[in-house]
Amino acid sequence: MTDQHVNAAAAEYELYGALKDKEPQKEPRSQWKDVWDQFRKHKGALIGGGFLLGITLFVLVGPWVWPVDPKQLDIRNKDLRPIYTLLWNQDANTLWSRPFGTDNLGRDIMATLIAGGRASLAVGWTAMILSLLIGTAVGVCSGYFKKLDGVLMRITDLFLSLPILPLLLVAVTLFRQPLRAAFGPEGGMFILIVGVIGITSWMPTARIVRGEILALKEREFILAARSIGTTPFQIIRRHLLPNVISPIMVSATLGLATAIITESALSFLGVGFPSDFPTWGKLLSDAVPRMEEFPERVMLPGILISVTVLSVNYLGDGLRDALDPRIRGR
Amino acid sequence: MLTFTIRRLVLAIPTLMFISLVIFMLLQLAPGDPMAQVPLTVPPEVKQQMREALGLGAPVHVQYWKWLVQFFWIEPQVVIDHWFGTTFSEGKLRVISWQTRSPVMDIVIQRMPQTLWVVGMSYIVGILLALPIGIYSAYKQYSLFDQAGTFISMIGFSVPPFFSGVIVIVIFSVNLGWFPSIYDTTHVVTDWASFKVQLQQMIMPVMVLALQTTAQISRFMRASMLDNLNQDYVRTARAKGLKESAVVMVHVLRNSMIPIVTVIALGIPSIFGGAIITETLFKVNGIGQLLLTALFANDLPMVMTLTFIFAILIVAFNLIADVLYGLLDPRIRYD
Repeated sequence: MTDQHVNAAAAEYELYGALKDKEPQKEPRSQWKDVWDQFRKHKGALIGGGFLLGITLFVLVGPWVWPVDPKQLDIRNKDLRPIYTLLWNQDANTLWSRPFGTDNLGRDIMATLIAGGRASLAVGWTAMILSLLIGTAVGVCSGYFKKLDGVLMRITDLFLSLPILPLLLVAVTLFRQPLRAAFGPEGGMFILIVGVIGITSWMPTARIVRGEILALKEREFILAARSIGTTPFQIIRRHLLPNVISPIMVSATLGLATAIITESALSFLGVGFPSDFPTWGKLLSDAVPRMEEFPERVMLPGILISVTVLSVNYLGDGLRDALDPRIRGR
Repeated sequence: MLTFTIRRLVLAIPTLMFISLVIFMLLQLAPGDPMAQVPLTVPPEVKQQMREALGLGAPVHVQYWKWLVQFFWIEPQVVIDHWFGTTFSEGKLRVISWQTRSPVMDIVIQRMPQTLWVVGMSYIVGILLALPIGIYSAYKQYSLFDQAGTFISMIGFSVPPFFSGVIVIVIFSVNLGWFPSIYDTTHVVTDWASFKVQLQQMIMPVMVLALQTTAQISRFMRASMLDNLNQDYVRTARAKGLKESAVVMVHVLRNSMIPIVTVIALGIPSIFGGAIITETLFKVNGIGQLLLTALFANDLPMVMTLTFIFAILIVAFNLIADVLYGLLDPRIRYD
């Protein structure tokens, strides 16, 4: 809008007064534009979201940018230090073609970090989506259908009172062999870990969604939809789900953070992926015995896990503020 | 309130029975064989006899029933015998660990002190740190202290214990050499010098765990204080001329503590559950580490009993939290 235009509008406003607006003062705004404006105000969330997007893209396109095979052994160039150690130690054993050094078998650390990130983030995203699907389904069903409510909420309470980490460990140690035999060592482990994380983390989502649905169900627009003969499935799909999307998105970010941490913890305890399949948690735990000589092998994956989770948490914080209409506009 | 408590207690029994059944059935699917470690020279029929001696030959429902009897009938008798010197449990079979061939509960009681000391201490330290941080950052919302506190609690939320633990080991025990990286369980505190050693070996695991507790509880505390600080009764209290300290520390704090108390109560089972990762990292032989080694050794009775004890604690403290909430907040009525 040009200055002239604004001036003209202001003059017109003075002339006619507030009650005689000829046309709306501002352009109509959509809900998602409001959300985005509020989200933009949260610096941490913006940086967090950007970083998460960046790291996801980086591990996705990384193998093309850095085409070194993470599994290739290069025994002559083992135990190289990262090139930045040259800053304080001129005699450090480094190689410019190996910017982050190599591990004790000569595998390139940069390449293993990218491969590990792919695995960790893939597990995180898939497990989060799985737990969202289960949580939303349970929440919607128990909120909308009164008959199912009692049973489903009892099951949710039951799952909430299960000791999660011990059970995760039990499940992973127990089902490792059969699934590996069925889907190969990596595929089987992926299915297993995603499955157990998804099955044990859907409860908070289900509770939140159920609460929202219970409140929405009594509103007039649902009554109107029902009065014109909309089927329950259509009501859920067209009218209820779009209205509960914001709590679902917030719990999605929390779910992503916990899924990444849980996968790393399982790998750290030695019940995660097979030893030649790198994930961030696995790289970290493998590096612990020699962390005095090679601290970077612990620090790099550890920092990557922490910063990713930190950015996801900030993203969640910002989303919660942005999606809450009571806070928005402040 | 009483009827609510009783109703919840009665409801807890089928819940716990069902949980025990779920855990039992899960463990039944275990592919591992407890006889895998027995030398190959032992003939198969002897192995079969050993298996039956462990109770593995019986059908599943019989095994489950026997475990129930052992856990709910015989173990309480052992406790009563221990306290009053009676002989109810004499000659009865207790829950036996397959690893050590000794009663599971005896091992649990041996491991309990370490877990309670380290994890319990860290919980207390975490709460003591979190409350003032939460109160002050809510009172001075958006101040530098608040920004820093929020950022640190975000970090505490995001840095997993297996990374923060490794960092403190590298810094404090490898580079500075202040604290030992391994927790010595056999150490006995007799005088001031040995107490100092005990303190030194506890600092690092307590620090790692307390960071997480602090992060969690200070966030809750801040949110809860913020909710209350804008209420009308606060303005009234100020308007009638109360001192600022009385307004914040008495009026607001008391009301803000209601949800915090329940959050704290809900976190207590995880103390007894032990922090599996932190205990493994610092070689504290507590409950968490016991569970992990039992899992890897296919010691099913031990895993079953430990997991079930955790479940009991979770259910119990959920109940306690709900009751406390009702007791502390007269606006909440369950009946």
